[in-house]
Order: sequence, then C-alpha cells, then structure tokens
Amino acid sequence: MEKVLFLILAGISVAAAINVIFQRNTLYSAFSLIAVFGCLAALYVMLQAQLIAALQIIVYAGAIMVLFVFVIMLLNIRQEEEQKDRYHLYYLSLPIGVLLALEVYYGLSNIQDVSVPGAAVGNAESLGQGLFSTYLLPFEVTSILILLAIVGAVVLARKERDIPLEMLDALEAEQAKNKQSGKSEGKENN
Amino acid sequence: MVPLSWYLVLSAVLFTLGAVGLFVKRNIISIFMCIELMLNAVNLSLVAFSSFLKHLDGQLFVFMVMVVAAAEAGVGLALIISVFRNRESVDIDKLNLLKM
Repeated sequence: MEKVLFLILAGISVAAAINVIFQRNTLYSAFSLIAVFGCLAALYVMLQAQLIAALQIIVYAGAIMVLFVFVIMLLNIRQEEEQKDRYHLYYLSLPIGVLLALEVYYGLSNIQDVSVPGAAVGNAESLGQGLFSTYLLPFEVTSILILLAIVGAVVLARKERDIPLEMLDALEAEQAKNKQSGKSEGKENN
Repeated sequence: MVPLSWYLVLSAVLFTLGAVGLFVKRNIISIFMCIELMLNAVNLSLVAFSSFLKHLDGQLFVFMVMVVAAAEAGVGLALIISVFRNRESVDIDKLNLLKM
C-alpha cells in the first residue's frame, strides 16, 4: 500500500519535473514546479517529517513560488524566444549525457538499504528542541541571513532612476560636450 | 515500508532533471526554478536518511536549506527584476556584458 502510494507520488513528481524543463511557457513550468513540491511534501509525511512537510507547503509552494509567479507576471514573459545559433555544440551533448548517465548509474548501483530501530518523528517539538539547543548558533545565523536577504532584495529591486541607462549615458555625454564648448567659448571671450 | 533506496533513486532522478534543465534552459527564471528543483531533490534525500537512520539532524539541515533557498529566491528575483529593467530581456545569452 505504502509502496503504491510512493510510486504514484514519485511518478507525478518526475512527470511534473520533466514538464518544468520542456515547457516553453514559463508560467506553466512554475505551476509544474508547485506540483513537484506538493508531491515532495506528501513524501515527507510518509517519512514522518511532519514539520518539514508543512514548511515545504508554506515556504516553498506558498512563499517562494508565489514570488516566482509574481515576477513572471510582472515581467510579462510569455514564451521563450527561439534561437537558432546554439546548435554548434550539439556534438558535445551525447558524450556528456552518457557520462552523466553512467555517473548516476554508478552512484545508484551500490545503495544499501539501512534501517535503524527506534522512532524519530520530526514534529515541531522534537525539531525545536534540536534547533534551540544544539543548533542555536546556526539558527541565529540563518536569521541574520534572512535579514541580509531582505535588505539586499530591497536595494537591488529599487528603482534607482527614472530614465534608462543608455539615455543617461547620452545625457552625460551631451552635458560633457556642453561643458567643453562652454569652456572653449569662455576662452574665446577671454 | 518503502526501502531507502527508492527515495534515493527518486532524489537522484529529480536532481538530474534539475541539472539538465540548468543546462538546457535559456530563460533566467527557468534556470532559477531548476536550481530550486535540485535543492528539493537534496532535501528529499536528507529527510529520507534522517527518517531511516532515526536521527533528526537531517531534518534540521533541511530547515537550513529552506532558509537559504528563500533568501536566494528573494535576492535572485530582485536581481532578475533589476537586470530586466536595464536590458529588457531575461535571456541569458543576451546578458554577455562580462564576456568582452
């Protein structure tokens, strides 16, 4: 029963992940990624990691993907633009793909199934005890990281000037030219 | 009970798909999403190990990875907006100012 559930969830997540790659519409590929995250949250519940499953839904499918969808809609990206001049590296794709497949196969061929007796349920209490005792310093460092990310995002996405960069360059060149001609005029007057 | 190896295989497949997307896609937002996919594949294997070895440190590590992913998404999307404002494009082949 559990294996059937695992296979269904794994199938959905792999299909959605393939759709993320081969979908040309960026918005639909974001929605597929949300499906992957949902399946992974269900798998976390099967692994008795309830808090991580809840965080997966809240943080990933909720916050991060909403941010992605927001940016996609803000920038109004509908289709990926076609480009024809990247085919000169096609001959490299086969050997590198075979190499990657061999590597994955080698990595997966000698997995040993381990199972330790006992119980480890990842609920808020057990994770919180670890987070606020053994891992207190990394936890505080992550809060500083979040703070830096907030400041960085605000600084980077801020609108610095009303006119685009090229126009600013042209304007500066014009001003420099005016200044020079002004100087030369001044010299002539003297 | 699902064996550990199944979770690890699924994690490897998802990570490989993310890595393939990283090389194949040209849209910078799609590349970002592929990075998120790879981070999630790693999270899956961490949670699987944590559950099978009966030790919660793996799940704490997943917590840290999620924080880093959230920070990365915030800063990265701000960068994308800033780049789009200057270049009117999110195609990475056109963002070649440093190449010259």
